[in-house]
Amino acid sequence: MTASDVSPDATYDILLRVNGVPRPVSVTSRRLLSDCIRHDLGLTGTHVGCEHGVCGCCTILLDGAPVRSCLLLAVSVDGQDLTTVEGCANPDGSLRPVQQAFRECHGLQCGFCTPGFVTTATAFLAQHPDPTRAEVVAAISGNLCRCTGYQNIISSVMCAAELIRQTDTDAVIEP
Amino acid sequence: MKPSPFAYHRPTTVDEAMDVLGELGSDAKILAGGQSLLPLLSMRLAAPAHIIDINRLSELAGAKVGDDGVRVAAIVRQATVEHDRDATAAVPLLGQALAHVAHPVIRNRGTVVGSLAHADPSAELPAVLALLGGTLTLASRAGRRTVAAREFYLGPLETVLHPDELVLEAFFPRAPRGSGTAFVELARRHGDYAMCGVAALVRLDEAGSVQDARAAYISVAPVPLVIDLTAPVAGQQASAADWRAAGDIARDQVEPDGDIHATAAYRRHLTGVLTARALAEAADDARRVRAAA
Repeated sequence: MTASDVSPDATYDILLRVNGVPRPVSVTSRRLLSDCIRHDLGLTGTHVGCEHGVCGCCTILLDGAPVRSCLLLAVSVDGQDLTTVEGCANPDGSLRPVQQAFRECHGLQCGFCTPGFVTTATAFLAQHPDPTRAEVVAAISGNLCRCTGYQNIISSVMCAAELIRQTDTDAVIEP
Repeated sequence: MKPSPFAYHRPTTVDEAMDVLGELGSDAKILAGGQSLLPLLSMRLAAPAHIIDINRLSELAGAKVGDDGVRVAAIVRQATVEHDRDATAAVPLLGQALAHVAHPVIRNRGTVVGSLAHADPSAELPAVLALLGGTLTLASRAGRRTVAAREFYLGPLETVLHPDELVLEAFFPRAPRGSGTAFVELARRHGDYAMCGVAALVRLDEAGSVQDARAAYISVAPVPLVIDLTAPVAGQQASAADWRAAGDIARDQVEPDGDIHATAAYRRHLTGVLTARALAEAADDARRVRAAA
């Protein structure tokens, strides 16, 4: 078969490791990873806001690094590790420091943008355990929130850093 | 807001990619980081019949630092280069510019070469490559060729790349000894497209006087525009050089278009102000480099 014979309607059986669990899934080439996560895998914690990479709500961790799931094709990340906001909690459902800090510091109001902030902050704090406020601002600059005015989000990330340092909890998601 | 259907190809070797691209030509679009392509697909501003995903071309996954500069292959992420201390030590302007490329999360996936090949007039990296006199290596089944950055760009989103060619790597040369660099831009929002951006290079002699001053511009010209600004500051002490005069010359040479974000007159004004600022910063950088040597 030559390249021109490949059908645009072909489906691909891919394997994603999502929050530590192998998830085989069948997708067409044009399936966005964000839609695959929500519709095919049923993990609706990942929110879709703008769908063109501006709002940051759909941010997930790809092999540990935060990326926009709406700017990835599901088929393109076949075989890779994903962490969604669902994977940012403990296995028993209790909150990890980033989530706990967002709750305690009122880092959310409507909550639509929160999954993107939680994943972004989780990865950021794993690399920068003792950030300045300015570093936090830069780290979350790609995430939009229309409710909070950001101040409490920044405070939440600072507070999460402190919680992690206090409890020595590893912010990196280990499946 | 979903891409229209396309046939998907995922070659695992450069040879295989060349074959697929050679067969499909202009019906195909290359997918590297996809941070510009995916929005275009989702908004249906682009609807290629075929997508060639080069993310599995492990041959093209490395950045190499040499005595002459930094070679960045096609699927090296922007964040990888930004955090590569050897690369940013060899070519500090790369690190200075990458900090302005979109947001950190976008840079985790976006590639250096993808940004160069996309040829957006408001992209930072084409200006960096043009200012340093860098080159791109292009390949097709017919062979390889090396093209200077200043000849690569034809217009907005338009380059000399043939439909059957793939950009294999970009070469960012080290700046000459005694040089300092800076990247300055102004955007409405952090991480947004710049209304004007300036990459600057200033070379000083051992006594600290200006030997060479030039700058490259984004968002004020259809292609990365490089302007030699040595004349108004030549021989002046870097600490007291008339950067403002250099800025005035740059301002008078650009012919920006206006849009919803900034009028043409404002962009021209920014060109002057940011040129003076970038050259002064680059001169400070050159003095720091010399002091540390």
